[in-house]
Amino acid sequence: MILEGKQLGFSYRHKGSFPVLQDVTLSLRSGERVGLIAPSGRGKTTLCKLLAGYEQPDHGQVLLDGKPLSRHRGFCPVQMIWQHPELAIDPLLQLKRTLQEAGPVEESTLHALQINPAWLNRFPSELSGGELQRFCIARVFQPGLRFLLCDEITAMLDQITQAQIWDFLIAEAQKRDLGMLVVSHNHHLLQRLCTRIIDLSI
Amino acid sequence: MNPILEVEHLSISFTQYQTGMRQRELQVVHDLSLTIEAGSIVAVVGSSGSGKSLLAHGILGILPYNAHMAGMIRYQGKPLDPQLAGHLRGTEIVLVPQGVAYLDPLMKIGAQIRKGKKDKTALTRCRNVLNRYGLGPETENLYPFELSGGMARRVLISTAAVESPKLIVADEPTPGLDAAAAKRILTHFRELADDGAGVLLITHDLELALSVADRVTVIYAGETIENAAVTDFNNGKIYHPYTKALWNALPQNGFVPISGTQPYPGEIVSGCLFAPRCPDRTKDCQEKNIPYSPVGAGYVRCLNAKKGGIV
Repeated sequence: MILEGKQLGFSYRHKGSFPVLQDVTLSLRSGERVGLIAPSGRGKTTLCKLLAGYEQPDHGQVLLDGKPLSRHRGFCPVQMIWQHPELAIDPLLQLKRTLQEAGPVEESTLHALQINPAWLNRFPSELSGGELQRFCIARVFQPGLRFLLCDEITAMLDQITQAQIWDFLIAEAQKRDLGMLVVSHNHHLLQRLCTRIIDLSI
Repeated sequence: MNPILEVEHLSISFTQYQTGMRQRELQVVHDLSLTIEAGSIVAVVGSSGSGKSLLAHGILGILPYNAHMAGMIRYQGKPLDPQLAGHLRGTEIVLVPQGVAYLDPLMKIGAQIRKGKKDKTALTRCRNVLNRYGLGPETENLYPFELSGGMARRVLISTAAVESPKLIVADEPTPGLDAAAAKRILTHFRELADDGAGVLLITHDLELALSVADRVTVIYAGETIENAAVTDFNNGKIYHPYTKALWNALPQNGFVPISGTQPYPGEIVSGCLFAPRCPDRTKDCQEKNIPYSPVGAGYVRCLNAKKGGIV
């Protein structure tokens, strides 16, 4: 499969002025891991939001196998994992319900992500950022997942937890032939993970 | 040798209510020790929940009312009790907090840096400190929401540096910044240290710590487990298995994860807190109390490090 963003343009206020993204084109194939690097404020997160269908571009279009992503119904094959897990989880739901939001999650996924069964009965405020991020990752692993957009998903974690999470994601991406977009400020991390790297600032 | 700050066997516990009126003591920080010399940057590295922010709050004397602190903190040789901490806080001992959320959203930047003072010296000092961090005088008239992330961090450092502090406690000062911006911020800490201040840099990011600090202290589950010079990391002179695991988990050093997580506060673990995850654990590790003992020029809390000796 192929996910394409074509001549994407986007601005948050006053449509057309102060564009965050202007004429950005990129494509992502199944099995590829593409790194995305750029200084703060250049629209990395915005690009992920467009590609995952959270926002509609002012210009250009997002295509999945040639068809507009916005026409897709049901579980979106393009899923985004956010930079701040505490903002991507309903604070009033126990985590076992958050986990099931998109459908049942396999036991093996929980095991591989080292999610402690005791955490399932807790609320988000009772877990650390790294623990919450594991839930955010687990819940996107549905059978329909084809593309995964990782927006700086391990920046707030210690090195061992980072390595644990990437170890899982890479193995799973290879098993399921996923296409991955990895956003990070850490050049070493991208070189370690990615098949190619795009620099949005040039 | 001129230690600005000495922390010895610091422990912090919280009183919690269980059902009804029953209380329990939850010990979160077990045993932290470290020393900061004037003119040096000491990084405290640990994962979330290891107690590194509590250390900062303990030094500043701003722990919540239900917290109890034991052990000893000395500032320039004098015991740093809550009275002294309250007296020095904001002038000699300053905090550079995590993010823009610590600025008053309804107060202009200039007034926040001057702490409301309007006299001439305060105004000049404010201008000078902003100028030092590459911010023009127009910044004084901005509100926090009008700052970018990088500007906000420079303002936070300005609020600390305007008082010519002797001890700077920086709590995660660079997350989410790109490499160039982070580098700039860290250069500012180096300058403050070169001016003679001691800097305590709290971070979860070992790479960042190694790029700016002189010494690194690693915390695991509320205990300091290793103290080593930055050069020791590159020369392979680190001895605690957790420190080694952190080092080996860096993307440029193999990216090897170890499994498991640190024990939770309240979970009962006897002996070494890292033993359940340690490849070299012995029976002694799980039973004995592990002392924080000098190895080379640093300290290590591991039985095997002592046994193995140093080359």
